[in-house]
Parts: sequence; structure tokens; C-alpha cells
Amino acid sequence: MAIIDFVINSRVPMQALPPDWPGGFWWHWLFFTVVIIGFVLTMVMGFIYIERRGMGYMQSRLGPNRTGPFGLLQPVADALKVLLKENIVPTTADKLVHWLAPIVAFAPALMIFAVIPFQDKALLADLNIGILYIVAISSVSTVGVFMAGWGSSSKYSLLGAMRNVAAVVSYEIPLVLAVVGVVMIAGSMSLNQIVLAQNIPFILLQPLGCLLFFVAGCAEINRSPFDLMEADSEIVAGFHTEYSGMKFAMFYLVEYAEALAISAIITTLFLGGWRGPLLPPILWFVLKVVIVFFVMVWTRTTLPRVRIDQLMALAWKFLLPLALINLVITAIQVLIWPTALPWILVPVNFAIMVVLILIWSKFFKLGLGRIEV
Amino acid sequence: MGLTVAFWALAVVAVLSALGVVLLRNVFRAALSLILCFLTVAGIYVTLSADFLAAIQILVYVGAISVLIILAIMMTRDVHRGSPANRLQIPALVVAVLFLEVLVLAVINTPWQISNTPALTPTTAPLAIKLFGEGGFILPVEIAAVLLLSAIVGAIVLAREK
Repeated sequence: MAIIDFVINSRVPMQALPPDWPGGFWWHWLFFTVVIIGFVLTMVMGFIYIERRGMGYMQSRLGPNRTGPFGLLQPVADALKVLLKENIVPTTADKLVHWLAPIVAFAPALMIFAVIPFQDKALLADLNIGILYIVAISSVSTVGVFMAGWGSSSKYSLLGAMRNVAAVVSYEIPLVLAVVGVVMIAGSMSLNQIVLAQNIPFILLQPLGCLLFFVAGCAEINRSPFDLMEADSEIVAGFHTEYSGMKFAMFYLVEYAEALAISAIITTLFLGGWRGPLLPPILWFVLKVVIVFFVMVWTRTTLPRVRIDQLMALAWKFLLPLALINLVITAIQVLIWPTALPWILVPVNFAIMVVLILIWSKFFKLGLGRIEV
Repeated sequence: MGLTVAFWALAVVAVLSALGVVLLRNVFRAALSLILCFLTVAGIYVTLSADFLAAIQILVYVGAISVLIILAIMMTRDVHRGSPANRLQIPALVVAVLFLEVLVLAVINTPWQISNTPALTPTTAPLAIKLFGEGGFILPVEIAAVLLLSAIVGAIVLAREK
């Protein structure tokens, strides 16, 4: 119901809300906590449906279509099934760590949404270090993955966790460097301010930054084609091999909540967040988030899984140099036009992106060329 | 009122988790306890209106350093049985007591100044001015970074198989 109230309240687009809306501090906190939990759970259900049906269509099959109209109730059935399953803990497991791991992984994924604006000033906490907070908090969920890998005392879990940390440590650098470009143009780290600064959506001014963020973000959350931390053919299911029942459901939820978080961050940083004509802001926000997630599903069905050496090479030889070059170019542009970047830069930046990617793709090859270790 | 409650809650958890780092026999649990300690210290920074520092604390200490520690533990064999016994317990005790004495003396003898000016918000821009502005600290920071880099390169050279 909270979400419905929210949509009704936000009927007039672009209207600034009073700073302490809706009421006092604790009411604000309670309201947005409920909204965020409801939003995440609802959107995750939607995402699971989109992913399974969308992948089905892309792979010339139907996907789940039996439960409810068009298979819409499939996520509900899945959730019920997984909740009723037996919870199995390996006898050699470190029980406490094994039990805590899903919680440690899930809490940061939920905490990210505290600073994401659903509408002008409609967010749990408008921190002036917003994007830095997201980068910091999201690094905590690695610890949860570690705890799962270690606490299960299974070699597949441990291998999955090790692969995960190798990927996360490498891809965090281009991810953050891509964000810095946006922060320089917007002149603030508060996500609300970043959205307000986007008279031109930053994907047009920062096409390379957006691409880098998307690739690095997909790798951070282990989505295919970077899902070799949970490659079923090699290490069963990675760090959550030994989990079942509710705790497995938590990891499943984390996976999609992180995908939702990355989609929401891309929407906020690059696509103008809740801004858009005619429709209410919350609808624009959800629409853009779903579009970004659809692109993730699209890349998942299109690209084959990478090897571990390719994963590392892509991060250090491709994304990192391009992110640095993007940073320098953005800094020069911000120095020349300190107040607002002109429209003329849009084609210029797209041209720079295409030229850079073409040059770099000549420098090193993935797959066909020599194997770099 | 709220700040006091938050401070004491964080302080108690910080001290308990720091004790856990030292006393737990399981190295992996000790590392997790260290992470909890880092998080509570970040919380204390938040109560002191140092939000940028708190985020950096989590990013660097939890996101990078702890992850490296855990990775090192995972690479090590036989850690299930706790830290292996050796004959350095007494020298370690002596060094630890001396270090504790130095720390306690330093804390007691320092005249701590409490500023009356209200906390800066946002803190990001003043920090950037301190770093990049006139007479900023960019050179020492860069020297520290180069030092760390050379240490890493040195470690790789030492550890590399011939």
C-alpha cells in the first residue's frame, strides 16, 4: 500500500517535496524503510519473471508459463518452494559463520537504496557523500560471500569465493573511476544533486563512462558473462553450493537485489533518474531501471562465459586504461566549461568512445589470441 | 542524547570485537571480528560528523584490507586449528606491554583540544582544498603512495620463483 500512496503523492511531476516529508524524522525513516523493502522485494520478483521469460524468448523457448496468467506467479511459487525446503548445514561447517553469511551479504544490498532518490528529495537519507557511501557499502557484501565460502568448508565454495574476490577487487577500480567522471560534471556526490544536474542525461555526456560502469557493474555482481564464480560446469554453484532452503533464498535474493541496485545506480547516475516528461517520476524511475535490467538480460543471453584470465585481462588491460583516459578527458571538458557542458560535446564524446574502443580492441585479443596469464 | 547512546553502543562493540581479534583461536573468526571493529570505528566517525572519513574507512579497511587479510588466510593451510604454537609468546607479550604503555602514556599526556566551531558540512570540499589547494598535502600523500607501490613491487620480486 505504501507504494500506491507514494505514486498518488507524486502525481505532479518534478514537484519538490518539503525537506522533512512525510512528517518527522522517525516517520520519514519508517516510511522509507518500508518503501525500500517493498520496492526491492517487488522489483526482484519482477526481475526474476523478466529474466526467465526474456531469456526464454531470446533462446527460442517459452520459459515458465504455467503458474498464473503468462506465468506471472512463477516467482511466488519459486519463493514458496524454496521457503519450504529443508535447511541443510554441512557437519564440518563453521556453523555461526555459515548462518551469518546470507545476512552479511543481504544487508549492504538493501542499504544501497537508502541514498537512491525515487523522486526529488524522496529518499531515505540525502547524504552529501551519496555515491561514495554506495561504493563503500557495496564492498561489504564481499565479506558475506567470503563467509559463505569459508563457513561451508567445501572446496567448491572456497574456490567460488576466491574467484569472486579476484573479480570484485579488479573491477572495483574501473567502476569507481567511471563514477568520478559523473561526480566531476555534476559537482556533487549526493545522488539527488546528481539527478538535478542532469539537464542532459549523463549517458550522452559520458557514454564511455556509462559503458565502463555497466561492464564493471555486471562483473561486480557476478552476472553472466562474468559468472564464472558460480560456473555450474566447473564449481557446482560457487560460494552458495552448500546452502539450501531459506538461506539459499537469501543469496538468490541478494543476486537480484544487487542487479536491481546496479540498474538503479546506472539509472540515477547516467539516465537522469526520476526525471522525464508526462509520467510521474516514480514511474520514470522504475521504467528506466527495468530497461537497464533488460540490457543485462540481453548481454547474459548473448555472450558466452569468459575464462578467468580473460576476466582479469579485461579489467586491467581494457577497462582500467579506458577509465583513466575517460577521467582525463572529462576533467579537461569540465575545466573548459565549468558551469554546464554544451550539447556539442555529445557527438564529440560518442566519437571519442568509438575511437578508443576500436584502438584498444586492436591492442589485445580475448580468446583468439595468445592466452595472457 | 541520541549521539551519546550511539557512541556508547559503538564503543562497546568496537572494544569487544577488538578483544575478539586477539582472543579468538579461529583465525578466520578473528578476521571477521576485525571487520566488525573497523565498521564500528566508521560508525564513531559518523557520530563525529566526519562522513567522508567514515565512508573511506569502510571502503579501505573493510573493502580492501580485510579482504586481503581473509584472502591470505584462505591461501594458508591448517588454519582450522588456530594459530600454530611457537616459542615467541613471551617476547610478544613484552613487546605488546611496552607498546600498550607507550600508547597509554601518549593518550594521557596529550592535551586534547576540543574545537568549538560547528562541524563542516559537506566535508568533501574542505578535504579537497586541504589536499589540492595552496600549501596542500598532495606531495606527502603521493610520496606515501609511491612508497607503498615500491613495497608491493619489492614483495613480488622477493616472492617470485626463479
